[in-house]
Amino acid sequence: MEKRARFRSAWVPYALILPQLAVTLVFFFWPAGQAVYQSVYIQDAFGGNLQFVGLDNFRDLFNDEHYLASFKVTAVFSVLVAGLGLSVSLLLAVFADRIVRGATVYKTLLIWPYAVAPAIAAVLWVFLFNPSIGIAAYWLKRAGVDWNFVLDGDQALMLVVAAAVWKQISYNFLFFLAGLQSIPKSLLEAAAIDGAGPVKRFLTIVFPLLSPTTFFLLVINVVYAFIDTFGIIDAATSGGPGQSTEILVYKLYKDGFKGLDLGSSGAQSVILMLILITLTVFQFRFVEKKVHY
Amino acid sequence: MAHGNSVFRRFLLASTMLAFAASAQAVTEIQFWHAMTGANNDRINDFAKKFNESQKEYKVNAVFKGSYPEAMAGAIAAYRAGSAPAILQVQEVGTATMMSAKGAIKPVQQVMADAGEKFDPKVYVPAVAGYYTNTKGQMLSFPFNSSTTVFFYNKDVFEKAGLDPNRPPATWPEVMAAAAKIKASGAATCAFTTAWQSWVQLESFSAWHNTVFATKENGFGGNDPKLVFNGPLQVRHIGNMQDWAKKGYFTYAGRKTEPESKFYSGECAMLTTSSAAYGTIKQNAKFKFAVAPLPYYADVAGAPQNTIIGGASLWVMGGKSKDEYKAAAKFFKFLSDPERQAIWHQTTGYLPITLAAYELTKKSGFYEKNPGTDVSVKQMIVKTTDKSRGIRLGNFLQIRDIIDEELENIWSGKKTAKEGLDAAVARGNEQIEKFAKTAKE
Repeated sequence: MEKRARFRSAWVPYALILPQLAVTLVFFFWPAGQAVYQSVYIQDAFGGNLQFVGLDNFRDLFNDEHYLASFKVTAVFSVLVAGLGLSVSLLLAVFADRIVRGATVYKTLLIWPYAVAPAIAAVLWVFLFNPSIGIAAYWLKRAGVDWNFVLDGDQALMLVVAAAVWKQISYNFLFFLAGLQSIPKSLLEAAAIDGAGPVKRFLTIVFPLLSPTTFFLLVINVVYAFIDTFGIIDAATSGGPGQSTEILVYKLYKDGFKGLDLGSSGAQSVILMLILITLTVFQFRFVEKKVHY
Repeated sequence: MAHGNSVFRRFLLASTMLAFAASAQAVTEIQFWHAMTGANNDRINDFAKKFNESQKEYKVNAVFKGSYPEAMAGAIAAYRAGSAPAILQVQEVGTATMMSAKGAIKPVQQVMADAGEKFDPKVYVPAVAGYYTNTKGQMLSFPFNSSTTVFFYNKDVFEKAGLDPNRPPATWPEVMAAAAKIKASGAATCAFTTAWQSWVQLESFSAWHNTVFATKENGFGGNDPKLVFNGPLQVRHIGNMQDWAKKGYFTYAGRKTEPESKFYSGECAMLTTSSAAYGTIKQNAKFKFAVAPLPYYADVAGAPQNTIIGGASLWVMGGKSKDEYKAAAKFFKFLSDPERQAIWHQTTGYLPITLAAYELTKKSGFYEKNPGTDVSVKQMIVKTTDKSRGIRLGNFLQIRDIIDEELENIWSGKKTAKEGLDAAVARGNEQIEKFAKTAKE
């Protein structure tokens, strides 16, 4: 009855996953362990004067209103990046899917930004919106907007969100388009014959059938907003003005690599790690239940 | 880390041995990590090349390692892995961190003495040497590129606005009056901006007015000073600047050198920044400009005193062989040559760090040919006081970031000058306490 292939010896499956396991151990578990280790010590920059302080680093962090403020910034930032990123790319994918003539050109152009490194994306956007030389800033000023993201925190946040979303749209777009194309045409045709218009068809058939893709992208985008947008923040605003764009991962970098405070930086990595684990588990346990596969 | 370290170290050892076996035996090669870009990078490579050609025993490898914080973080990681460079260029704000790193560094004065090289701290400009000297009077690092805060102004704009282009504003109220005229006449869209706001408008500003910035002689007298730059004078000045920002006389353009481009593009008419910006400005400005002393408040007793230094010095890392230290000492001796120092000063806009280099430049007629280039020198060559010698704080880099954040809150009107400075002092003091915990003497 058993049709699945089975390995005769016990060790072959382990040997096969060993390379992957080794990579995971060396590049994920080891650094993560280091972060946990550092988080309970304080030390000077050169590693001398190592003192065990228990959970003091964590306590200091949660008593620091600026660290707590960074949580808020991160929350706003990631909701905006994930929300805007997903909706804009879904819209683009739906339109690209409907186009018959020149579809390849549109698709190729939409995929391009993915090849741009985050830091470069930030530099491009900063160049456009630079208060003194940027062309977009010039238009904004002509339209009566007092544009100076160097000083205005909300404007700075909008700028990094725009750059982060722009950069991620291509990735989302690809997955959405693939998802759309795998929806059986017969279903849509049947609905059309029954008299459902394009909007109704999208809401009742396309969107539910697309939900596995949407869910997958939601996880990816949240992680992207938390971690991978570092390059954009660093190149565009360095966390400023004030702390308006200082997301958790940027603060961690600043304290650890510029401030050389490895204890606090380690504690911040541990907290960030816990947040991402919790978010991912939450998404898989609760959001996934609402997803049609 | 322990296991990783030893494996890594063995690997490094093996590869270094291979490298050594391949190269000629007698030459001692040392690494020199720096953070100089553009023309200054060329100049450093040139120094290293000339040094290597001048003798056969030692070879200095000058390597660019990114920005100051990047070079320092890189060197620290390398030190922990047992492969630190022999010489490292460290920004002035990193000084306290390096000083407290016992064992990780070797005092320059010691390096020179061990190698039998003559080394007299007295040949250095006092404000420069004092910054890198510990409480016991020992000079810990080799002063290299030091700059200070000066005032640049656009002469063409001054003329257009009906101001005398040969009479730069000397005091802050005069700057303000000039700004009002520039704005009203429409001679420039931006009247005044400042680079390095914390360094120029608070740190150097305090020394210039002989006003204390932090207790314990601004941190020179111990690891646990308290910040006090929220005093009446600083609050008055930052409050004034907030007011000018509101009136459109002062345009904020960024934390580091971004405002300099606003000046040399012609957008802003007046700028306070590092004297080392001279080269870049001269290269880019398509108008007549001049350098003037940093403005001050004439009613403050003791002002103007002296401004304080920025820039970097060269540190010798610990755990090296005797020959490597000898190589470093020889290289420092090579760099100390007054002629070389004078060239460095004249081509970069950095200060002449020895008095001899200053005299040499003066004699060559350089200052007459390039008016204003001696402004920075004159601001520095005075007898310093305990309040003006400089500022040396643990975690200074983070404190600067904190000051930047709070100043931005003030410029944008989210906080008053007093609220912002109080917050910066409180947050900065936490950083100092944190530093003192790991840096016990």
